[in-house]
Amino acid sequence: MTATTVADTETRAPRGPVPNALTSAQLPRFVELYTLAGALAVSAAVLAMTGFSIVGWLVLSAVLYLVSLGILSTVVENRRKATDRVVRGLVTIAFLLAVIPLVSTLVTVIIGGAPSLTWDFVTKTGGSVFDPSTLKVTIVQGAWQAVVGTLIITGVATLISVPIGILAAIYLVEYAQPQQWMARTVTFLVDVMTGIPSIVAGLFAFSLFTLLVGPKAFSGFSASVALSVLMIPIVVRSTEEMLKLVSSELREASFALGVTKFATIVRVVLPTAIAGIITGVMLAISRVIGETAPIFIAASFTSNFNANPFSGPMETLAVKAYADYKFPSQDIAASYQSAWGAALLLVLLVVILNLVARIIAKAFAPRGLR
Amino acid sequence: MSKRINVRDLDVYYSDFLAVEGVSMTIEPRTVTAFIGPSGCGKSTFLRTLNRMHEVIPGARVRGEVLIDGDNLYAPGVDPVLVRRQVGMVFQRANPFPTMSIRDNVLAGVKLNSRRMPKSDQDSLVERSLRGANLWNEVKDRLQLPGSGLSGGQQQRLCIARAIAVSPDVLLMDEPCSALDPISTLAIEDLIEELKQDYTIVIVTHNMQQATRVSDKTAFFNIAGSGKPGRLIEYDDTATIFTKPSVQATEDYVSGRFG
Amino acid sequence: MRPSDRIFRVLSTGSAGLIMVILAGVALFLIIKAGPAIVANWSANPDLAGGTTHGYTSFWSYVGPLVWGTLFSSLIALVLGAPVAIGIALFISHYAPRRLAGVLGYLVDLLAAVPSVVFGLWGIFVIRPFIIPFQDWLNHYLGWIPLFSGQVSQTGSTMLAGGLVLAVMILPIITSISREIFLQTPKLHEEAALALGSTRWEMVKLAVFPYARSGILSATLLGLGRALGETMAIAMIISPALLFSVRILTDTGNSQTIAANAALNFPESNPLQRDALIATGLALFVISFGVNFIARWIISRTGGSRRLRKAGSR
Repeated sequence: MTATTVADTETRAPRGPVPNALTSAQLPRFVELYTLAGALAVSAAVLAMTGFSIVGWLVLSAVLYLVSLGILSTVVENRRKATDRVVRGLVTIAFLLAVIPLVSTLVTVIIGGAPSLTWDFVTKTGGSVFDPSTLKVTIVQGAWQAVVGTLIITGVATLISVPIGILAAIYLVEYAQPQQWMARTVTFLVDVMTGIPSIVAGLFAFSLFTLLVGPKAFSGFSASVALSVLMIPIVVRSTEEMLKLVSSELREASFALGVTKFATIVRVVLPTAIAGIITGVMLAISRVIGETAPIFIAASFTSNFNANPFSGPMETLAVKAYADYKFPSQDIAASYQSAWGAALLLVLLVVILNLVARIIAKAFAPRGLR
Repeated sequence: MSKRINVRDLDVYYSDFLAVEGVSMTIEPRTVTAFIGPSGCGKSTFLRTLNRMHEVIPGARVRGEVLIDGDNLYAPGVDPVLVRRQVGMVFQRANPFPTMSIRDNVLAGVKLNSRRMPKSDQDSLVERSLRGANLWNEVKDRLQLPGSGLSGGQQQRLCIARAIAVSPDVLLMDEPCSALDPISTLAIEDLIEELKQDYTIVIVTHNMQQATRVSDKTAFFNIAGSGKPGRLIEYDDTATIFTKPSVQATEDYVSGRFG
Repeated sequence: MRPSDRIFRVLSTGSAGLIMVILAGVALFLIIKAGPAIVANWSANPDLAGGTTHGYTSFWSYVGPLVWGTLFSSLIALVLGAPVAIGIALFISHYAPRRLAGVLGYLVDLLAAVPSVVFGLWGIFVIRPFIIPFQDWLNHYLGWIPLFSGQVSQTGSTMLAGGLVLAVMILPIITSISREIFLQTPKLHEEAALALGSTRWEMVKLAVFPYARSGILSATLLGLGRALGETMAIAMIISPALLFSVRILTDTGNSQTIAANAALNFPESNPLQRDALIATGLALFVISFGVNFIARWIISRTGGSRRLRKAGSR
């Protein structure tokens, strides 16, 4: 602008209150809260006449809230603003919709599983005991065989997947040229492998072992192989991410000191990324530890204690929860109870793994990692 | 310790793209040589070929010879790892290893090459290198703390200490002060002046005052246009380059008419 | 090159090669085992004449309804889940307060960590009774639509219940990928839209959606891939049959899926019947491979960044 305009504004002194051209009709600040409260109250009143239910109340309130806010905003403000407010309401409701199943699942599994989750349940092998003298079958509640099975099967799967996964990621980041056919193929296959249905992995392990060992091929190791198929791509992907985060300057600094590529990778790159890699591995474990279908296809299920992964059926907590529900003993209530107990134990394991993984990621991430 | 560098007719390629063409020069021991020139003229690329660091970039290769006291870096069977132990490098951005303490950073070259060394030798090497990098007095009380906790200038001197701890013959510096404030820059320049007693130093810089302050000889690189290879235009005593250069382009550049 | 260098290079390259071998092996062993069941004469073979494979003339007539059921249940899950998942992603990326967004993202990730068997139990004991009145209502007022027709279930073991649980299970993957894409919208486009005087929703329509369109599509496809292979939600909640049925509110008209069928019948099958189940598994492998292939192709074509691929692997 020119100088005259500036001078102009300076000389013109305001006389009285100046109406601000930028204001427009606007709803009060907390209108959304008021509308929500109103919608809740009105729908409660309506439902009180027809018959009250929590779900109906929430649904009716949500609809009422969106409609009234839309109308209010259209009348007082304008249609564009009204659309904006209604969409904001919609996405918020979408989010609440996702929180409901999460909370509901956790609450249900805690309420269902807490009564059976005793020390005995964790440390005793469950099953039915036949007493020949009284001819009575008594059910022993216990998940020890499943706890051991879970640890062995997941442990062996981890032992298989982690070295392969980390080394493959090292190949992709440190050795391969990005345009090389092998690097591109592996990257693509890893992406596609993350989408393999878990039951297909189980069927694959079963096929492999029946062809190698014969018809009675159920074993914990077979289940571990199935889980490895699911776990390797997750480990590759997360390790790859972490290695890429290590700045190339560190590698160059190391090379410039006359350090070999091997020593650079093992003693500079991996230590820098190790927290992230461990986090990724733990998240991968927490993902496969809850798998059900591939394990009972490959390892079947059993209530007998079996700690040998190379022979005989083996059970995990997830399979136990499924089998206790699907194939209950005569005492159905007790079987369901035991299913809930196994499910809660499993959820606890998964949550602990997740928490530890996040803590490691937070606490041990070295500075210098972007 | 200090060695002479002889470059004979060196071309540098990125895949099929000729990045630097036909460079020949001799760098005397115990001197500081500055490379100047506009961005993209290939001076950093050329610097990296002096210790084969360009090989880190996929597709980069050279044709020609680089002799260090008569040994060709590019002769068949030469191990780039051994080359880099003789020709150290300091980078644009200070890059101490984030997982290591100050002490371990200095010892990194020795330790990562898994050379065993008694603790007393380690201690004296750490002190010698840090003193050599003018950093000893500032960090001697916190050698066990991570190197990333130091200031930018201190980190860069730590990187220099790390580079001289493997006792190289030549030190390459790729714009070592471009990320530093004037005071830290001055500290590094003073250090270069001292290091010259023991090492052959080659420094790439965008700062022409810096070139006049620290270097004995200056090489001016230029590029005819984008997509064309960079060339060595003129190489002479620093005083000559900045007062009466023989090529018009050099004069235009050092007098600030372009670049 | 030094020996340590060489050994390490060979090891890591070998591991990468092993991944190719494993995937090829999955296909190969499934094909080998599936072969006998695919080529067998189903009506004449005594092993296939009884039990769950009774009454089918060939493998193709057996797998047909299963493929239908797999696609149908996944589609229901997608219709129920995808809009909500995208809404959540939008909420986290553009509506939630900055400080809350991280926590909310973590909550959605936690949903991904819940084991499928737990969702199965939850579906049985919570979702089934929960949707009964809703099903009655749908059947009463909208029963003339084939989808909602038939004798309405009184137990809640319906395709709708299974689809609902399936929808919850595929929420996290769709949400996390969409969220990453929404967050990647160029700030300049968003600011340009706001500078034109747009409301937030208009900004989302102008800047975010056009940018994210193909990303949302591939996120949805990856969600579909998850749903196709999910076993427990269907196997535990529904008692399905091999049908070409579109009914979702009945006890008897629930179509069976490949994964659930294999899981339910595997323990009691004889060897050849197991081969038949493995053959259906091969079909599932091919279908989900195809869906994932297309999804990944769309991502890579639109220059999908590393963050996207990371989100997809959760």
